[in-house]
Amino acid sequence: MTYTVTATGLHKAYGDHVVLDGIDLAVATGSVFSLLGPNGAGKTTLVRILATLLAPDSGTATIAGHDLVTDPLGVREVISLTGQYAAVDEVLTAEENLLMMAQLRHLPRRVARQRVEDLLVEFDLVEARSRRVGTFSGGMTRRLDLAISMIERPELLFLDEPTTGLDPRSREQVWGTVRQLVDDGVTILLTTQYLEEADQLADRIAVLDGGAIVAEGTAAELKSTIGGELLRIELGDAESFGRAVTQLSPERTDERLLSVEVPTDGSPAEIVALLARLEREGLVVRKVTTVHPSLDDVFFSLTERRAA
Amino acid sequence: MTISTAVLDSRVMVTRSVRRSFRDPEAFFTALMLPVILMLLFVYVFGGAMNTGGDYVNYVVPGLLLLCAGFGAGTTSVSVAQDMSNGIVDRFRSMPIHGSSVMVGHIAASVVRNLIATALVIGVALLVGWRPNASPMDWIASIGVVLLFVLAISWLAATAGLLLGSPEAANGFSMILMFLPYVSTAFVPADTMPSWMRGFAEHQPLTPVIETLRSLWMGTPIDNQAWIAAAWCLGLLVVSIPASAWLFGRRTSR
Repeated sequence: MTYTVTATGLHKAYGDHVVLDGIDLAVATGSVFSLLGPNGAGKTTLVRILATLLAPDSGTATIAGHDLVTDPLGVREVISLTGQYAAVDEVLTAEENLLMMAQLRHLPRRVARQRVEDLLVEFDLVEARSRRVGTFSGGMTRRLDLAISMIERPELLFLDEPTTGLDPRSREQVWGTVRQLVDDGVTILLTTQYLEEADQLADRIAVLDGGAIVAEGTAAELKSTIGGELLRIELGDAESFGRAVTQLSPERTDERLLSVEVPTDGSPAEIVALLARLEREGLVVRKVTTVHPSLDDVFFSLTERRAA
Repeated sequence: MTISTAVLDSRVMVTRSVRRSFRDPEAFFTALMLPVILMLLFVYVFGGAMNTGGDYVNYVVPGLLLLCAGFGAGTTSVSVAQDMSNGIVDRFRSMPIHGSSVMVGHIAASVVRNLIATALVIGVALLVGWRPNASPMDWIASIGVVLLFVLAISWLAATAGLLLGSPEAANGFSMILMFLPYVSTAFVPADTMPSWMRGFAEHQPLTPVIETLRSLWMGTPIDNQAWIAAAWCLGLLVVSIPASAWLFGRRTSR
């Protein structure tokens, strides 16, 4: 397998405040790799380092064969950055933005014009072509941002929180656009604080917390790390809840809802046995449901473990 | 990265910045109104009480011109800072383009705006009775002086915009540029000021530029003011250009 990004031991600190604490990363060519983490986990810092905007204190990285530290210009030739804050000129129109960026990529004038036309169609911006970007909706701005990134197909596309602040419909649209890019085989490094986004788009996910990668794998692998199915039992009173907590060794408890979640393999036999045990112990049970672990569960269990 | 791509990149950036300048009608209108209002204010309101020997309009034109240039440079400072606080600069920085081209764009737009303001100052001045006795050579020289000064103050302002990074802070800096002319020989001769202030007024960079222009237009004594003016302007350029290149190119710590 070939890798578009390989990074080892990336470290960045501001004074005593460590933002990145030795990050190792390998992004396979043609894949979508997601960095998932809460605000302040170091996602944007990592992206800024890999996009040559920020120098690491130590560590090395290679992007499509170009060394980050010794050949930043080579890196810039092969990457495109779509930042957390839309990287477009709000005073210019959509068309002017695209043409400006195409010229900065040194496309010949006619090629640039044609490319701009194609991108306006591809990213559904034809009607808005002569409008100032400042009047665009959030979703349109991000689409323009992505279109600019695709003027010349980059070896690596950074999408830094591409849907933060967007309404659900615009988010769906941006996801659709990103999927098209994935189908075209673009390698993408995606950062997000939305677990659903990583689940929907990414081939591999690294969970970043406090400047370190605390888990990495496919969405399925990450989910399996916290076990299989859970049986969620809502108890009828506080006394039963207290006994359930001590006797059933639940994965998670919620004192307010009087609920406990007990790991199970999901087989009927085990569930029947568990229900029989509740009966035997004389616990007052209000409701029983099975729960599939989501990436949220993975995320919370990983970040809680660190916080504890 | 070659010289020709640097020129190409700069041309794209100049188009961008000039376009942006004319897309903000309010700011543009303000920039055009300022010279007219100030001229009328200084000539007709304050002018009657000023004693500078002869018509006050003949004294005040160079100072007003620099005041307007200061205002124009302040605009440049703010627009550079706006760029820096916007996502677009991250895109520019992460592209294989010549870093200085973004600055060149801002400076070119600044010079264009300032020359329009300068033309307006001169036009209005002539209308309200300014009668320079300059030869064609003097005029050419004076345009050269204005151009050099506008370039210098634009680079200085752009550098300040990079350094300050936020439009609010850049606005504060442009206030300084706006008030600097008042403590110079722009509006009154320095020898009317208290001695501690006179020292500053006589040695700050605007005074030699003003005295040079006044001499070229009105034939007042020049001494070595032209050399001092040139030294100030070139000095500002020599410091500002590399400083702005460094400030723009450094990998920020945001």
